[in-house]
Amino acid sequence: MSSKNEQQNVANKKNNHNPTLATLLSVVPGIGQLYNRRYIKGSILFILFAAFIIAFYDFLNMGYWGLMTLGEIPRVDDSRVLLSQGIISLILTAFALTFYIANLIDARKDAKRIQEGWTIPSMREAFRDAWDKGFPYLLVGPGLFLLVFVVIFPLLFMVFIAFTNYSLYNSPPRHLLEWVGFDNFKALITMPIWRTTFLTVLSWTLIWTFIATTLQIGLAMFLAILVNDPRVKFKRLIRTVLILPWAVPAFVTIIIFTALFNDNFGAINREIIIPLFGEGIPWLSDPFWTKTALIMIQTWLGFPFVFALFTGVLQSISSDWYEAADIDGANRWQKFRNITFPHLMFATAPLLIMQYAGNFNNFNIIYLFNQGGPAVRGQNAGGTDILISWVYGLTFETQNYNMAAAISIILGLMVAGFAFFQFRRTRSFKEEGNY
Amino acid sequence: MAMTKKTKNTLELTVIYAIIAVMFVIIFYPLLWALGLSLNPGTSLYGARMFPENWSFVHYEWLFFDPRSNYVQWYKNTLFVAFTTSLASTFFVSLVAYAFSRYRFVGRKYGLYAFLLLQMFPVLMAMVALFILLNIIGLLDSLWGLILIYVGGSIPMNAFLVKGYFDTIPRELDESAKIDGAGHFRIFFQIMLPLAKPILAVVALFNFMAPFMDFILPRIVLRSPENFTLALGLFNFVNDQFANNFTRFAAGAILVAVPIALIFLMLQRYLISGLTSGATKG
Repeated sequence: MSSKNEQQNVANKKNNHNPTLATLLSVVPGIGQLYNRRYIKGSILFILFAAFIIAFYDFLNMGYWGLMTLGEIPRVDDSRVLLSQGIISLILTAFALTFYIANLIDARKDAKRIQEGWTIPSMREAFRDAWDKGFPYLLVGPGLFLLVFVVIFPLLFMVFIAFTNYSLYNSPPRHLLEWVGFDNFKALITMPIWRTTFLTVLSWTLIWTFIATTLQIGLAMFLAILVNDPRVKFKRLIRTVLILPWAVPAFVTIIIFTALFNDNFGAINREIIIPLFGEGIPWLSDPFWTKTALIMIQTWLGFPFVFALFTGVLQSISSDWYEAADIDGANRWQKFRNITFPHLMFATAPLLIMQYAGNFNNFNIIYLFNQGGPAVRGQNAGGTDILISWVYGLTFETQNYNMAAAISIILGLMVAGFAFFQFRRTRSFKEEGNY
Repeated sequence: MAMTKKTKNTLELTVIYAIIAVMFVIIFYPLLWALGLSLNPGTSLYGARMFPENWSFVHYEWLFFDPRSNYVQWYKNTLFVAFTTSLASTFFVSLVAYAFSRYRFVGRKYGLYAFLLLQMFPVLMAMVALFILLNIIGLLDSLWGLILIYVGGSIPMNAFLVKGYFDTIPRELDESAKIDGAGHFRIFFQIMLPLAKPILAVVALFNFMAPFMDFILPRIVLRSPENFTLALGLFNFVNDQFANNFTRFAAGAILVAVPIALIFLMLQRYLISGLTSGATKG
């Protein structure tokens, strides 16, 4: 390379090199970089730009057309495929735009530095620099790609479906979908059957989340403190047994519980309830009893994890605290309230909050135990359906895709609100600025 | 006075042991029933006993030797999905987590926010779209499609966990290596990865066990019985309206639950320390 000449040229041009011109030239990516005399970078950018336009022009064109119209000829245009192409076009455009803006900024930055008398790095240096700067993107790239297609794309798809009329009676490819604005959300609030169901399901979801999670945390705390008592022997054995429900796959135990809670043949009615009270309890056919059973089962399933967490924390609390409290004549309750409880909460709060979030979307137990049932008159969800299992039912059983998507969005907003609350508490974000 | 203190002590201990004994009964009751059901010769719940007098291994035999049974195939499928998912997601997650922990780049902060947010969304929420997506790229009813979703879905939560762990490793280590002239890849593979082994083991284990426990994604993705994973296949034993076969389910489930529970109990200490370090330090 004739780098000496270049440097000479640059030195001559030093003062009249214009950053604004470089930025403007980069409206066509690469040209600004050429003006900056970074020929290799410039040509790579230009080739990428040209390749993107040539390769994706038709696809993007088609994608945006599909997104606007959702197809024009029934049986030929499949609105679902058009919609997914549209979303992929959006994602591609977002990436291209980011890249484009980065290109403008790069041209401007280089031009400014040249103006200030900066010598253009040699090819080797330039490559090294690019490698250093580009390395994190290389690391994130594959994961991001997967994430975009497996998580973000489907979520976007769901968001779009909520604004269409995609249901059993209007499903592609036989029919075309249409954009209906906020009609689905309006129906959820104004149509009596949807409104009643939505409110019942929502309130049960909240009650379920609160009671089941709190019970499981409470029981775990009680048992952890009990077993941690210095007088108790065989601690290892006891702890191992208490963790067993967590170790056995949940789907297995939930289905076994379904068998045990069976109204007619289940062991719980046959061996325990009937001998004691003379009459069986309708565990699977009465909503109230199904809810009771669900809460008990979730407590059984969920307490061991919290128990294990708490046990770990209890063992790490220094005995100095308790000795000092003894000297001050504190009683047991005071010691619990002022030493044990704050320690437990401080160390595990984020994980406990995640437990609430987990139960809010605990599809497995609701669906496996009684498929959200028993059925209830006057609503189109089962008596124990929570939001997520209702969405499942609407999707795969009654194929009310549009309503399922609308409810999913509401569910998502609630989760996002909750997550936001969580962000502010998570220490990693407070510490983020430290380095 | 001394006497009463001693009695009080004994009384308290008795109450504590009594409570623990009650918990033992509550925990073992369903587990023993699972074992008992699997040994009952009949197929219906009616007449089933926890300790059947005429116990037999017919259900186990059926699972392994009956030509209509796909059980062995399901076991193979699940192991295949579990190993592949575990390997692939540990690999991708460690790359992403390392970048977020050690490099400053455009979009880093928003990326972290996005991860925290995304880990709260169950993949289930987007089931319709996943179904259609896999259909378009021809991975419906394929184990690879299932693996793809597991790996992608595991990234946000696990990347956060591993990032938290990387953050606790002193920066002086990689910085001095950089001064000594080690390249990016060398620092990552030879210094950082070996130091992060404990948390990577946790991530690998979580992702290995997930396919054994999950039945809903396989239910959406897989169609033909020879492609089923264990959880889905077993679920269908009891889901069939006309022949819900709890005893056969129990036999199949015991053979899944025992190995999983054993691995779990052996490694639970690491699981918990991994989770807490990710949550409190991370």
